[in-house]
Amino acid sequence: MGLDNVIAEALPDIITTRLDSLVNWARKSSLWPATFGLACCAIEMMATTDARHDLARFGSEVFRASPRQADVMIVSGRVSRKMAPVLRRIYDQMPEPKWVISMGACASTGGVFNNYALLQGVDKIVPVDVYIPGCPPRPEDLLNALMILQERIKAQGITPRQ
Amino acid sequence: MSDTGTVGQGITVTKTGEQGAFGGELLTINFGPHHPSTHGVLRLIVDLDGEQVRRLKPVIGYLHTGIEKQAEALRWQQVVVVTDRHDYLSPPINNLAYALAVEKLLGVEVPPRASALRVIMSELTRIASHLVWLGTSGIELGASTMLMYCFRERDTILDMNEEISGFRMHTSYIRPGGVMADATPRFLEMLDRFIDKMPSNVDEYEALLTMNPIFRSRTIGIGRLPAEDAKVLGATGPMLRGSGVAWDLRKTMPYSGYEKYDFEVATSDLCDCYGRYLVRIKEMREAVKILRQALDRLPDGPVNIDDRKVLPPPREELETSMEAVIHHFKLFTEGYSVPAGDAYVAVESGRGENGCYVVSDGTHKPRRVKFRSASFVNLQPLERMALNHMVADMVAIIGTADTVLGDVDR
Repeated sequence: MGLDNVIAEALPDIITTRLDSLVNWARKSSLWPATFGLACCAIEMMATTDARHDLARFGSEVFRASPRQADVMIVSGRVSRKMAPVLRRIYDQMPEPKWVISMGACASTGGVFNNYALLQGVDKIVPVDVYIPGCPPRPEDLLNALMILQERIKAQGITPRQ
Repeated sequence: MSDTGTVGQGITVTKTGEQGAFGGELLTINFGPHHPSTHGVLRLIVDLDGEQVRRLKPVIGYLHTGIEKQAEALRWQQVVVVTDRHDYLSPPINNLAYALAVEKLLGVEVPPRASALRVIMSELTRIASHLVWLGTSGIELGASTMLMYCFRERDTILDMNEEISGFRMHTSYIRPGGVMADATPRFLEMLDRFIDKMPSNVDEYEALLTMNPIFRSRTIGIGRLPAEDAKVLGATGPMLRGSGVAWDLRKTMPYSGYEKYDFEVATSDLCDCYGRYLVRIKEMREAVKILRQALDRLPDGPVNIDDRKVLPPPREELETSMEAVIHHFKLFTEGYSVPAGDAYVAVESGRGENGCYVVSDGTHKPRRVKFRSASFVNLQPLERMALNHMVADMVAIIGTADTVLGDVDR
């Protein structure tokens, strides 16, 4: 690009980029999850933050107790019908832009529990960005899901989603 | 119930109209189900006088999974998979309770090597479960590094789970009739290393917490539960032993050959959160002792009962024997049937008496499977312990009860 080269030569300390890329780079590098442990997967979610798996490498170790400060909700475990309105409320309390990772078979589809008590997939009440299979998924699976989500964010615009 | 107002997100305060001891009115506040210090999705309705707890009512059911009902729709061998998932911090111990109950109905006894492997898995699980408790309780009381130390060792245990069963958490390793597979040489090596290393790791945890002035002032004298109350309210496990009652099902009603191992029942007369902490630390040390004995005296022999009606034939037999193919087919299409009757077996999990009651009507599916979960009953003393304590102490007390909400709600 001609203009870029001219600027780069004249002002070597300045980087030019698109605003979309810059904002999305910032967003993807500090995805703060809401502390929202439900069941077995929550234990693996905790294990993902430990020294061995080190979620902090991806800028996501800051689990926020308040949904107001969170960017991504990791639905870690089975969602019962009694829990569903609570979960939706927490999602609504999160500020835009927000993303949802459905962690594990139960959150994604109901898993082995096809019965009266469980919501057969959390995507019935909140929009899900990434699904993770497994019961529970390994910490590496969660890291992978996070990286997939980061790629998605990079490709998004900066305006709120419709 | 006169006036309701909202103070911040999700916290609703209701004035009760009752007069408190400090001149103010009693307020009812909602705590949970989404709260970082409730160990899952526990919801508490608390009546506060100033900052002191006057009444406390747990509201449960936010993780109700219908596991017991689900078990009625599964074949006997399939139920093992759902037993893993109720108390998700001690899957092999849940498996063991169910397997022992079914074996009682079938009238079979597993070979000694299977029993020893069951003990090994149970004790590893007990340590892993206590480690999660220690790590999360540490965070709640301000010692956030505890989680890093505890999860380091927990991951070692999960690696061993993976080595022996192929899965980190929900192993489904212990099954009616024996165990899933024999221990691999690598597993025994890993176990040996773990046993050597673990006592010094427990020393490390103790160095961080036992004499820590903040930890001590947050736990000593907090959440007192006298032995009488603990018994009346049905507490089991470290909750009961932390009140000085030496009741451990591994000693009092031994199963899986626990009577052959030399270990002490950890108790503490302090009756408070600190006492229960000491009990759990001691239990980890005792578990390591049991593991050492089990590993050194691991008997040779088969790990499953020799009954083709209950367990599938080995893979190599399928290629040569028609009968084996028929058994295999029958087992995986219809399952096995269990003689009509009922059985209750209780085992000691990290949380206390983990019982399983099964009813069979003689078919290939259970008529009823009921879990007596320790967490559910251990919620009962919560009000007794939290009475007249501050809200911040209540968090320490919830932590010390070590409830797993999956186990409470099932």
